Amino acid sequence: MDKATQDRIHKMVTSYPVMLFMKGTPDEPRCGFSATVAQILTFQGARFASFDVLADPAVREGIKEYGNWPTIPQLYINGELVGGADIVRQMFESGELDEALKAAAPAQG
Amino acid sequence: MDTRAEMMRRLQAALPDARITLNDMTGGGDHWEGEIVSASFAGQPRLARYRAVYAALGDMMPVQVHAFTFKALTPAEAAGD
Repeated sequence: MDKATQDRIHKMVTSYPVMLFMKGTPDEPRCGFSATVAQILTFQGARFASFDVLADPAVREGIKEYGNWPTIPQLYINGELVGGADIVRQMFESGELDEALKAAAPAQG
Repeated sequence: MDTRAEMMRRLQAALPDARITLNDMTGGGDHWEGEIVSASFAGQPRLARYRAVYAALGDMMPVQVHAFTFKALTPAEAAGD
């Protein structure tokens, strides 16, 4: 991954307390797993930023390296990778996701 | 290559004690779901468990195995599931 891409990803992850890298957008997801995570975040009432990796091949590849995670979607809270659709769903069902979202810093300082 | 057999081989090499179930979701061999039960997951957060499974599958993901949705449980968690 080139430095510029890494910097862009890092800026997104650290600028937004809840940041979702997905295929498509929350309104028009292009992958079932991405749709699942966006729907869960919306259901939880979370304020989150999202990035459509299909619109940016460099980020699409770079985020896998950045997160050391082979798949998309990837959810970051407070700059840390939470996981993909499986983990987000399990955390939603157990109530852990709600706790993690409450601990996310407010979106604007 | 038999994708299921290769996934099994790699997972069992990395997690020798694991009970593994794999289901081909579409019949196409590239979307899988399953459950992996191993005592080695004890004390590990979810992220670490998933990383261990992804590391075991290695370069099979994300091309040959485009998607793999699974649960990574300890035997005690699986028993209570």
